[in-house]
Amino acid sequence: MIEPDTLPEAWQSELRACLAPDEQLIAWLELDLDDHLDFRPGLVALTDRRLIATGENDTSWKTWRLTAGLKLAHHDHAGVGTLELEDEQGRLALWRYTLGHSPAALRFEREFVRQRDSVASGQPPLPAPAAICPICQMQLQPDEEDCPNCFRELHTPPSTWTLLRIWRFAKPYQGQLIAGFLLTLAATAATLVPPYLTMPLMDDVLIPYQNGTPIDPNKVAWLLGGLLGSALLAWALNWARTYILALVSERIGADLRTTTYEHLLKLSHEYFGGKRTGDLLARIGSETDRINVFLSLHLLDFATDVLMIVMTSAILFSINPWLALVTLTPLPIIAWMIHLVRDKLRTGFEQIDRVWAEVTSVLADTIPGVRVVKAFAQEAREAQRFREANKRNLEVNDRLNRIWSLFAPTVGLLTEIGILVVWAFGIWLVSKDQITVGVLIAFLAYISRFYTRLDSMSRIISVTQKAAAGAKRIFDILDHVSSVPEPVNPVTLPPLKGGIDIDKVSFRYGNRAVLHEIELAIAPGEMIGLVGHSGSGKSTLVNLICRFYDVTEGAIRVEGTDLRSVAIADYRRNIGLVLQEPFLFFGTIAENIAYGKPDATRAEIVASARAAHAHEFILRQPHGYDSLVGERGQSLSGGERQRISIARALLIDPRILILDEATSAVDTETEFEIQSALNNLIRGRTTIAIAHRLSTLRRADRLVVMDRGRIVEIGNHETLMASEGAYWRLYQAQTKQLDAPPALGENGSSP
Amino acid sequence: MKPTASPFALTRNGFGRLVLTDAEGLAHEGIVPVRAFGITAPDYGISLMSADGKELQWLETLDVLPADIRSLIVAELAQREFVPEIRRIVSVSSYATPSTWQVDTDRGTTALILKSEDDIRRLRGRDNAGALMIADSQGIHFLIRDRLALDAHSQKILKRFL
Repeated sequence: MIEPDTLPEAWQSELRACLAPDEQLIAWLELDLDDHLDFRPGLVALTDRRLIATGENDTSWKTWRLTAGLKLAHHDHAGVGTLELEDEQGRLALWRYTLGHSPAALRFEREFVRQRDSVASGQPPLPAPAAICPICQMQLQPDEEDCPNCFRELHTPPSTWTLLRIWRFAKPYQGQLIAGFLLTLAATAATLVPPYLTMPLMDDVLIPYQNGTPIDPNKVAWLLGGLLGSALLAWALNWARTYILALVSERIGADLRTTTYEHLLKLSHEYFGGKRTGDLLARIGSETDRINVFLSLHLLDFATDVLMIVMTSAILFSINPWLALVTLTPLPIIAWMIHLVRDKLRTGFEQIDRVWAEVTSVLADTIPGVRVVKAFAQEAREAQRFREANKRNLEVNDRLNRIWSLFAPTVGLLTEIGILVVWAFGIWLVSKDQITVGVLIAFLAYISRFYTRLDSMSRIISVTQKAAAGAKRIFDILDHVSSVPEPVNPVTLPPLKGGIDIDKVSFRYGNRAVLHEIELAIAPGEMIGLVGHSGSGKSTLVNLICRFYDVTEGAIRVEGTDLRSVAIADYRRNIGLVLQEPFLFFGTIAENIAYGKPDATRAEIVASARAAHAHEFILRQPHGYDSLVGERGQSLSGGERQRISIARALLIDPRILILDEATSAVDTETEFEIQSALNNLIRGRTTIAIAHRLSTLRRADRLVVMDRGRIVEIGNHETLMASEGAYWRLYQAQTKQLDAPPALGENGSSP
Repeated sequence: MKPTASPFALTRNGFGRLVLTDAEGLAHEGIVPVRAFGITAPDYGISLMSADGKELQWLETLDVLPADIRSLIVAELAQREFVPEIRRIVSVSSYATPSTWQVDTDRGTTALILKSEDDIRRLRGRDNAGALMIADSQGIHFLIRDRLALDAHSQKILKRFL
């Protein structure tokens, strides 16, 4: 129940006036478009007895009593969502909204169905099923509208404050950081000594000499010694500080990387499905490195510069406040001007990046597709495309270079002007006997130091922004909670016999319902063949059994234990998986076979390879089991790779075996070899096999025919053929394919 | 282990080929012995394969065989195996690939051409942490059993490629 107070203010009083005294507001949906697709606010509200909505063109309210025949349907097109209310006679109303309101609309529709059914049946409404984030499948809290993670990932711009979160990784190195800071302080102070010593050198040695006083070698020795000493001290301190801070920042970066990677591996299948591999690679690889460089280089330099400016100003003011004021006044102006130019340069550099991406994308397009380019004789066109991309690259570069070439001289000019001001004011002060020549020289020595630092300081803004964006992208991963959560108190799994009980399982992927109330009890050692058109939910069911996803409704149990209550790794140890595309890691064949059981003996490896009919072809490789395969290794054929992956599954001796189109990527002859390898694998294990070629499932004890997320038939080959149902039609279609293209039957239009 | 009577007979015929006579008395000519784990465990698992690539006999170890058969197999293996073991890297033409390496191996001095750094592979096994396998441009594999056991000069060169 919702209090009317939670409504948007604009509607509160009006709606409250419409409600009967005991009427309860259940849900509401804000609209932002009207019937003609003009932006205009509106509201639809659901109470325990009726629907109330703002009128389509005026502000009067319309209401509809809830009856059993009332239906609410939503659909969307080109960013506009439509909610239609209809009964048996026809459409009653239509509301439109931009797709941003879509989750709210879906929730509204769900509430409507519950309320309508309750009104129709006279029963209190069923408890609402937990809402689920359409993007990452996380269960939402009842009061959450959007998934907090996905919302933040999509909608929160990176903020510089994100960088502060790195503190979590910096904390273990607190001691070193403090030491580094103190060293920075000391080192900066040491570098400020030499200009200070120019004062007595000038006033007490050189100028008196010009006026006829002989040079006191003792004094000179002291001063020069001081110069050398401070230089050596600064050298040592700077070395220590740079070393310690680089050490720390490198460790912070490494921790950040490993933590992120470890977390990433724990995330569900879903997450990987929704992300591009390149993007994740970049996040863990270059983004952490960027943060690292930011910490060890830019931030450190910036801190040093700020310290230097503060300390220098203090010294200058202590010597002569007036001259100090004049010296420091142009500083902010110059800093601001440098910043302006830098800003321009930055947008220019970003533009170059984009143009550069365009150039490479032409290459990335054509080189892999070179056979197509040549076959259609389009070399000239592709060359032209490349030339044009390059031309744009040149243009952007030329424009940028105009500013760029101006930049360094401008900084130089501004510096000179600043120094000129100090000279002019200084000479005036000297002429008034306010300061000595030595003081003026010391001022000039100090000031020229910091003008040179202004340029590098102005860079800090853009690098900070970039580092913050990187930090955000990393914390996006770290903040993501797996949608297949580990149970808090996992139940220890008894040794499995292999029985699986699928109890009224439904699964929604986003808003799309993929499986509807699947019921299937699989006996230990039974072989089940899953059959159906693509998109019928076979792979989803298998993914649920592997617990790559969690069921939306219902439960999957092994030996009477709900999958969700066992530790994931514990359970998966019992599953052998053979996929359509066998994945081999870079390494030797032996390592690949022993992937699931790294401590397997050589005898075990050979035995499972034999059972997988892989032994002989492995021995034909130049180094037998020690031959390298995978990314850069010797290439094996698809069938050979598949047999290695079968050996891998065999070695862990799983109770439950899942074959997901294990033979569909190879030719018939290889399939025969693989099939006999699989027969060894299947023996005595619960097996769930998906196959497109129905002939490969002949050995199955039961065939489960699925269509659009439902089980439509169960039985063995003979009974299913005899009943001439869905399986029979599939079978006919496959055998007919060999002779003639299949006629479009009643099933011809299914996906 | 004690040598026992072998379930098969192995002889070398006049053409220099190995002939295996199996338990049924069938003779197979042109037997090829193959090590299953050529690098990580050369002495474990040797397979006698027929000329067309079918395994005829699997031997976990050669120790159980009568001495005459064993020596035949060892001799045949020695002729087939060509994995020179690098003892010292004398010099390299350049640190950018392709690079020609002058190396001392257990089979004498030779030169190899390294096409790219990718052709140097670390062998990850339980008992060969420092082992490297180097494939040269001809497809010959050179082995470094333990790179940390090489002399300082070789290690210094090698480091630039790893």
